Amino acid sequence: MTISDLRNAATDSGAVAPDARTAVVRPQKPKAQRTWRSYSVYAGLALIFAYCLAPFYWMLVSSLRRTADIFDNTLLPAPFSLENYTKVFDGSTMFGQALLNSLIVAGTTTTFALVLGVSAAYAISRLDFRFKSVILGVIIATSMFPGISVVVPLLRLFTDIGWINTYQAMIVPNLSFAIPLAVWNLTTFMKALPFDLEEAAMIDGCTKWQAFRKVLLPLAAPGVFTTAILTFIHSWNEFIIALSMVNDPKIQTATVAISKFTGATEFQAPFGEQMAAGVIVTVPLVIMVLIFQRRIVEGLTAGASK
Amino acid sequence: MTTTTTVPPAGAQPAPDTRPSRPRKRARRTAGEGRMAALLLSPTLLVLALVIAYPLLSAVHQSLFRAESGLDADGFVSDVDAFVGLANYADLFAGESGRRFLNAFANTTFFTVTTVFFETVLGLCLALAMNRAFRGRSFLRASILVPWAVPTAVSGLLWRWIFQSDGIANTLIGSEILWTAEGDASKLAVIIAEVWKTAPFIGLLVLAGMQVIPGEVYEAAKIDGAGWWRQLGSITLPLVKPTLLVAVLFRMLDALRMFDLPFVLIGPGKESVETLSMLAWDESNQLRYGSASAFAVVLFLYVAIVAIVFVKVLGADVTGAKELKLLSKKSAKKSRSLATSELKKAEATR
Repeated sequence: MTISDLRNAATDSGAVAPDARTAVVRPQKPKAQRTWRSYSVYAGLALIFAYCLAPFYWMLVSSLRRTADIFDNTLLPAPFSLENYTKVFDGSTMFGQALLNSLIVAGTTTTFALVLGVSAAYAISRLDFRFKSVILGVIIATSMFPGISVVVPLLRLFTDIGWINTYQAMIVPNLSFAIPLAVWNLTTFMKALPFDLEEAAMIDGCTKWQAFRKVLLPLAAPGVFTTAILTFIHSWNEFIIALSMVNDPKIQTATVAISKFTGATEFQAPFGEQMAAGVIVTVPLVIMVLIFQRRIVEGLTAGASK
Repeated sequence: MTTTTTVPPAGAQPAPDTRPSRPRKRARRTAGEGRMAALLLSPTLLVLALVIAYPLLSAVHQSLFRAESGLDADGFVSDVDAFVGLANYADLFAGESGRRFLNAFANTTFFTVTTVFFETVLGLCLALAMNRAFRGRSFLRASILVPWAVPTAVSGLLWRWIFQSDGIANTLIGSEILWTAEGDASKLAVIIAEVWKTAPFIGLLVLAGMQVIPGEVYEAAKIDGAGWWRQLGSITLPLVKPTLLVAVLFRMLDALRMFDLPFVLIGPGKESVETLSMLAWDESNQLRYGSASAFAVVLFLYVAIVAIVFVKVLGADVTGAKELKLLSKKSAKKSRSLATSELKKAEATR
């Protein structure tokens, strides 16, 4: 950028003798260097691209092969076949039900986390009270809590109160990671919004609640949305809680269901079906990622890059 | 914290956020505002108490008991929880269960150190490459999010397929390694799969940190004759260090509780990849809640110690609390961080 600017400036005003001379001559070498460099940058990008997508591509390709040629190593499925997908949904595995369960669990978790998160984040970002940073610290610290330390005691509690094999047995423990995530994201987001607008609204006679509902909430909507996506993805991908709290195939979530995919034959793992199920579980997420990538990156990096 | 309120000099152009409202808000720290905050925060804190504080206390409590078969008052055989004190903890270092625990502890530590190291190096490279790319950046960003979005259980399955004895990995490198059986190869398989999934995450965080660095700094360095490596060592790395620390901390805490990937990729109860989470899960599955709780408590302490070390010793600024403190105390530092947030805003709107 600067080099070419310099060069343009130099060629435009040809009068400036010695300085411009060097400026014109010197860019020759950097130019060659630059093309070489841009090639290497593109090669690097292609490499990153392959690194990120190749394993996923392999899952996709394998899922589209027939069971007979599942061990082929061609880059495209030789006879293209949806056999694995029809098998996944043929009813014996209850995979459709598992997807629905995942949707229920992740959706409810996200809703609860958002409602609690918005009110907590509003208090932290807008109100002045004692122990604020302590409370924020505690909430964030809980997100570091290892899942198994929640699962072991709650497994016993839920056994005692008959919650095993229920949705709430997954939703309630899910809140242990969903709430900190939501509170943190929303707090960062609300802190970045100027206080002036709400203040103006309140001077104009709005109550605090009205200012929150009519001014802040619409402004914070993108942040709430981003938080919703992140929370949903995390809950959708949750494994250890769902694995421990539920053993009834009718209630289990999709991630657990595919990990238990054994197929009809006990001796040969049904890799084709597993890959097809994996693709089905992942594709909604990949679509979300493609559409909302900017927001997701924003949300992921919100707290980290201060 | 409560006493040092800096009043902006009269006539000074007020900064856009936090600053101007501060003195007034401070004056209005009234019972009403405090009560409202309590009202808004209590549901969240209540739920967290139920799903975090209760399990933690309950785990500590349960770890002091052990299920023992005995005869109850009517002479029937029944399982009762007998108080055993710290016996479950003493067993961590003795006998067969102790050997298993130490193995799981070693595995957890080994996986954490290796995966986080490779993720950081790879993530930095990814961020550096993405920072240079101007065309196709959004395309790249979407593709880099794919490994992050794939559920860990699915990624375990996917790599299990890739690492089949007659799978694509062995075909490509022309070997016949049994990746998913017991042994060092399975450790390597877990590391590869984990790094694949999480390096992009570090890359994204670091990239965000890099984009905040103003371009003029590099221009100045270039004029002073600093080469690429010099710029990397003297500008980029020191300036992304805070971001990188937070990213590494997150990844370490996540790696310490690793469960899904080895569970699906290699399988439960495999000695060479069993982590603390898997061990605790297995114990609770066998209804040995006492020892399972002891493992869970140990893992919790391990995670807590690592987090404290990172925050206290290395100064990872996780909550932004530091920034808050600086904001209210040192105006010089404050204007700097305000400038950064301005830059970030500009970056976001661009």
